[in-house]
Amino acid sequence: MQEHLKTIRKFWNSYKRSKRGMIGLIILVFFFVQAVFAAQLAPYAPDQSLGPSSILLSPTLAHPLGTDEVSRDVLSEVIYASRVSLMVGFLAAFLSLVVGTFIGLLAGYYGGLKAEVLMRITDLFLVIPFLPLVIVLAAIFGSSMLNLILVIGITGWTWTARTVRSQILSLKERPFVERARSIGAKDSHIILQHILPNVIPLAFANSVILIGNAILAESVLSFFGLGDPVHVSWGMMLHYAYLSGAMTLGAYWYVIPPGVCIVLVMVAFALVGNALDDLLSPRLKTSWI
Amino acid sequence: MRRFSLGLLDIEKLQVGYVSKNGYVKAVDGIDLKIAEGEVFGLAGESGCGKTTAMLSIMQLLPPAGRILGGRIIFDDMDLVGLSDAALRKIRWKRISMVFQGAMNALNPVYNVGSQIAEAIMLHEKSSRRDAFRRARDLLELVGLDPSRGSDYPHQFSGGMRQRAIIAMALACNPRLVIADEPVTALDVIVQDQILKLMKQLQEKLHLSMILISHDLSVIAQTCDSVAIMYAGKIVEHADIISIFEKPLHPYTQALVKAFPSVRATRKLTVIPGSPPDLTSPPTGCRFHPRCPVKIDACMQEEPQLIRVEEEHYAACHLLRAERKSDGD
Amino acid sequence: MAVLPIRRLIEKFAYFLLTLFLVVSLNFFLFRILPGDPVKMLFRDPRMTPQDLANLRVMFGLDQPLYIQYYLYLVNLLHGNLGVSFAYDQPVFPIVMQRLSNTVLLVGVAYIFFVLVGIFLGVLAAWKHGTRCDSFCVSFALTTYSVPTFWLSMLFIIVFSVWLGIFPTSGMETIGVGVESFGAYVLDLLSHLAMPVITLVLYYMGFYTILARSSLLEEFTQDYVLTARAKGMSKWQVIRKHTLRNAMLPSLTLAAINIGAVVGGVLQTEMVFSWPGIGSLTYEALLLRDYPLLQGAFLITALSVLAANFAVDILYTWLDPRVRY
Repeated sequence: MQEHLKTIRKFWNSYKRSKRGMIGLIILVFFFVQAVFAAQLAPYAPDQSLGPSSILLSPTLAHPLGTDEVSRDVLSEVIYASRVSLMVGFLAAFLSLVVGTFIGLLAGYYGGLKAEVLMRITDLFLVIPFLPLVIVLAAIFGSSMLNLILVIGITGWTWTARTVRSQILSLKERPFVERARSIGAKDSHIILQHILPNVIPLAFANSVILIGNAILAESVLSFFGLGDPVHVSWGMMLHYAYLSGAMTLGAYWYVIPPGVCIVLVMVAFALVGNALDDLLSPRLKTSWI
Repeated sequence: MRRFSLGLLDIEKLQVGYVSKNGYVKAVDGIDLKIAEGEVFGLAGESGCGKTTAMLSIMQLLPPAGRILGGRIIFDDMDLVGLSDAALRKIRWKRISMVFQGAMNALNPVYNVGSQIAEAIMLHEKSSRRDAFRRARDLLELVGLDPSRGSDYPHQFSGGMRQRAIIAMALACNPRLVIADEPVTALDVIVQDQILKLMKQLQEKLHLSMILISHDLSVIAQTCDSVAIMYAGKIVEHADIISIFEKPLHPYTQALVKAFPSVRATRKLTVIPGSPPDLTSPPTGCRFHPRCPVKIDACMQEEPQLIRVEEEHYAACHLLRAERKSDGD
Repeated sequence: MAVLPIRRLIEKFAYFLLTLFLVVSLNFFLFRILPGDPVKMLFRDPRMTPQDLANLRVMFGLDQPLYIQYYLYLVNLLHGNLGVSFAYDQPVFPIVMQRLSNTVLLVGVAYIFFVLVGIFLGVLAAWKHGTRCDSFCVSFALTTYSVPTFWLSMLFIIVFSVWLGIFPTSGMETIGVGVESFGAYVLDLLSHLAMPVITLVLYYMGFYTILARSSLLEEFTQDYVLTARAKGMSKWQVIRKHTLRNAMLPSLTLAAINIGAVVGGVLQTEMVFSWPGIGSLTYEALLLRDYPLLQGAFLITALSVLAANFAVDILYTWLDPRVRY
């Protein structure tokens, strides 16, 4: 345990040195805090309608981000929406990670025909275009937050599965696996004690990209009206903005904030992912130009 | 035995470093070398002692993190340090060329060997493609290869043949100085011998000057007229080839000479204990002192300078000074 | 001259057919999972009498066991029969194909630009590695592909159509323009094409920038780059002659397999800009719960992507330098 703590501390010290990585992390922390303390930070309740005369007001001191088409305060909406967007993103990514790691593990460790079939199915999912597939799934299964998480989560396993599998394939060649086997260790023991600890850092770095993708996917699906109508996410806000004609009316205060939040979160994940990637797979060769 | 008279290349107090977190790491910390016209000069030392860095800095081919921090490199009455890139490009290959290790990816796998040699020719001379290719084929023949192999790709050559092709390429523009960095290291002993003989032949026939870098003293013994031994970024001994082997003065050189086996002598194989120092914080005083079997107090405090111990035999060791003092010199 | 690796081509073709088959089957089974009476689901016209429904049931074999339905589905498919759309009251297949052509126009134009612009920026960044230009290119690429396509489209409309009035807000053409002259038609088409294309280019070029840059930087660590510099080549000469060719391969591979990913962005763009393509058709079908149309649009989209991937795959196999040398 002590050793694990030491490695984590060493890792954190190296991570701190990346300027980009720290910026990304700070942005993420900001949004996370904002989501947790939404009730304290938002000036109004998210579904509080302020009377028919307050429809689509442009920004004022009272409403720094204006109001929407049913006279709710946009700022408050945006703050509360972060909860939904982030949560769906994290849960879906987590699901992808678990499913992907499990499948990658099976395919990589056991190999053989079953693995080939699994990988072919993975490839199939890679080829079928994501958005149309998810639209079809959502049309069939209905749109709710749970369904959204499931759909995004399940279609996201492909990349993790492939990466985990190739990592395991290279791990299998290493001597410690043979040694463990030769003293009669069971497969499950080998997997848990030896293989998993080596796969986890890689999976962790991958998951950063997964979360970013999941959040983006959620916002796109919500924009298409497939999100949860009750728990409004940033994407859902934009869906309502679109429907209410905010674009043609030039109601930029309604359109810009949710999008900016999505962009910031995505960029933050890209930065963190980049920093992790640099840390975990450093370029050892010198450049000659 | 050659005299260090007609200076072709004169390196003075050269310092080369690499950018790191806390300033520079000095891979070469003040070396002085003189190479004469027509001489074959050897530069020996363990990996990481700075010999390759020193040689790359002559033509300023250092990676982006490398910098020349001080000193002069005088070639043909011109200080190469501080020359513009355009001026350097005219000198590269045309007047000074390099022979790289064949095991490296020194040849681009997607172009055939002939075109890579011709490329060098066309860069520096107004030559048509056809003429350049013809010259390339002649060069291949010169190094003992079948000229028609110019249309083959690098991966189709064996290690020894690839090394020959690299040598042919280095001679493409008739340079005055050829720098060979570990030219035979990755080859088996028989092929090593062939290549070294070839290089010696070509050097004599074409009146070339050569710098041969190697960690293997036997390679240097076979080809060089004089040798400088480098350790941790500094030159510790410098003499003609025979003196180095018959009378090595610096403890490091002595260990190196003892370390390789001889069929005739009944020497024991010895290994130098320890490992080369970390150049981010080199040892105080003499850099070799942590591994030196005969160190004295002064070695830990003061860095020994390269002094002339005999006619054209220089070494940097406090013991020698003490000896000379006692000789009443 | 390149030797065509016949065996590999046959393998790839077989794989293509297999995937085709799997997608077609997936399409069938997905829609059969729909809860409720399939006939009522597929033909939701309130004017239908129970007799009509019964007839339809027989015609589409919905009273038959699943495997027979599957067989009928495949047969229908081979005849180009994808059912009838509720909303349009017309066969699905022609509608879908016509919209597909509009999408191909949009995607084709955008593709060329985002690959070229993306690679250009990537090469620029690698050449100026370590300078502010490099950092800027990387940051720019990272940012643009973090921006959701639909949102960018909305912003473009607000800025360039509503506020500045430069480009039209939606659609593919202004009605009646084509009648005047072909030139006027082309111009009008271009003005409608501009914003959707720019949106797609901004989003997708980022991948290529990052990839081209890192491939080049990787090439820069090769020993033959040192040889080239030692020979006296200038920095740009070295990049052009010794690194560019190998470094471009991953980008080309990406261009080949990226087709499926572009579909998602195109869907969003078509929807926001009301571009009459297969993407917006999919969305319309979703809104109207027009299942035959949705099923048809999805199938054709997936098959188009497969076909495009296959075509590029063949091209790439033929051009693969490893086969050449």
